[in-house]
Amino acid sequence: MTEAVLELKDVCFRWPNQNRATIDLPELKIDQGERIFLQGPSGSGKSTLLSLVGGILVAESGSLRVLGEELKSLSRARRDAFRVTHLGFIFQLFNLLPYLSLEENVLLPLRFSKKRALRAGRNLAERLEEAQRLLTALGLSEPLKEGRPVVELSVGQQQRVAAARALIGRPELVIADEPTSALDADLREVFLNLLFAECDKAGSALLFVSHDSELSRFFGRSLSLPQINRVSRLEAA
Amino acid sequence: MINLIAKSLWNRKGTALLTLFSIAISVALLIGVEQIRKGVRTSFSSAVSGTDLIVGARGGSLQLLLYSVFRMGNAPNNLTWESYQDFKKHSRVRWTIPFSLGDSHHGYRVLGTNHDYFKRFRYGNRQRLKFSEGKPFSGVFDAVLGSEVARKRKYRLNDPIIVSHGTGSSSFLKHEDRPFTVVGILKPTGTPVDQTVHVSLEGITAMHIDWESGAPPMEEDRIDNEEVLKRDLTPEAITAFLVGLRSKIHAFSLQREVNTYREEPLSAILPGAALQELWELLRTAETGLRVISAFVVLAGLLGMMTALLSGLNERRREMAILRSVGAGPGTISGLLIGEALLLSISGIILGMLLLYLLLFFAQPILQTRLGLFLPLTPPGIQDYSVLFAIVIAGMLMGALPAYRAYRQSLADGMSIRL
Repeated sequence: MTEAVLELKDVCFRWPNQNRATIDLPELKIDQGERIFLQGPSGSGKSTLLSLVGGILVAESGSLRVLGEELKSLSRARRDAFRVTHLGFIFQLFNLLPYLSLEENVLLPLRFSKKRALRAGRNLAERLEEAQRLLTALGLSEPLKEGRPVVELSVGQQQRVAAARALIGRPELVIADEPTSALDADLREVFLNLLFAECDKAGSALLFVSHDSELSRFFGRSLSLPQINRVSRLEAA
Repeated sequence: MINLIAKSLWNRKGTALLTLFSIAISVALLIGVEQIRKGVRTSFSSAVSGTDLIVGARGGSLQLLLYSVFRMGNAPNNLTWESYQDFKKHSRVRWTIPFSLGDSHHGYRVLGTNHDYFKRFRYGNRQRLKFSEGKPFSGVFDAVLGSEVARKRKYRLNDPIIVSHGTGSSSFLKHEDRPFTVVGILKPTGTPVDQTVHVSLEGITAMHIDWESGAPPMEEDRIDNEEVLKRDLTPEAITAFLVGLRSKIHAFSLQREVNTYREEPLSAILPGAALQELWELLRTAETGLRVISAFVVLAGLLGMMTALLSGLNERRREMAILRSVGAGPGTISGLLIGEALLLSISGIILGMLLLYLLLFFAQPILQTRLGLFLPLTPPGIQDYSVLFAIVIAGMLMGALPAYRAYRQSLADGMSIRL
């Protein structure tokens, strides 16, 4: 039996100085290679949930396992290492370090995880090749060839560089937090198709978070955070 | 890691370079002050060499050193020619050089002496005086110029010079009736010799022969120069004299002998001991300079800390990205410390380059203008330990921003709050 990539049970999280919980999730499970759309308006606790999955925040109660590993049983340093080894992140905007080149941005996670670096390639040359392959596959061969600085890329191009970074070294789970909200409708679809193709190739599961329920049609399974989060249901009642 | 720090810094090169320069300049100042201090000491110590005792009228030893060797200030009193002769003929004395001071030429002191000066006087590392042009004085109205006097006043051989009475540069009383002729110009020594006009003791006597208690003669009392040369020009008094002994062992006993001389009150000093007294006196000023330059370095480092702290807010995105790719808060604060280290170390390197470049170009100017020779010596152990302390201080200055970044990245996590 294969382990679920992500498995949450009765996870409850409350920010300090707040008397109400932000997250109270009875269950959420993502299988290997699965694509899940998680819809939720802003303020529904999306970012908090992603920080919990990333091991930046720790749940008050309940169980949160990534690849079978209970995150709260790990030390903070181990959680940082675990995050980079098994997860890739894409954010809404400003994903890239302006002072690094395209390839250096893509290779960034490999500096912090030896395991992930080895999965990307046996040596520096191989890893660089893999970064270039990903960038080319994501339609960035031109700025790559020209050696353009990342600040000169369009938002769509920047998001694709971020996708390449999230995918390098084939992490088991890619988490995308509103990656398309700054893109036009047609670019959005192009981006999604490229992202899906590369996730499949890498064998990575994808947790795609957005407020835009219209995107759910691209996904096999979609969930609504306000519906599964008990906090929001109470509020609605 | 260093690669990442360097690239991140280069991305903020405006602030980073300003910070770097302020550290570099403060380091150059700190080490420069130290170099000048050493240079001044060497310069002072090299003003006289090979002299065992300096004898003058009774007074403070520092005062005697200053007016005899450094031509600073004035002698409280003269000593008689007879006393001088007594010690000159002393069995333990090998040589003496008489000094007669009190007149000046455009602010340069005029020194009356004899040929022993050119034969026996040593400076620096027992170097003897050398002529760049001409020869020692032989006539009563001959003069030998120090190199700076000749250069600044553009004198050549055979030029006439007029000596002023007294030592102020704006002295109104001039020995206009008895001009001297330049017969020799000395090579630069980097000592007060360069700023001195040398004449014979007889020349000094001749200038003042018809003067009455510090005032020029009335027209009818004036003695013309032909007549002067026929007179006995042996001086009645001199200001001081340098003594070289047959054996250095007797320096203290002869010093005691001078200090207890019955004929008139005299003082003898050992140049080394008097210099030591001078250092004691200068120590406070030196310490003051050092403290000031240390504070300038501190200000430079504080500037760096301010720059790092104020940059933190703008760099939240950078930190969040690094967090998302696995950097822990420890790594983030490590980046800040690394940045402070990189800035202080490169600031020090740049500062030292700046200082040596400056010294290289300022050296000839300082030597000719101030008579101060600053050798281009590599930094000493003391300098290195100061520089090391600056690196440590720089790292400590990075600690506060690092701590703030640590807290900030713990709070922000991966989310970017702008």
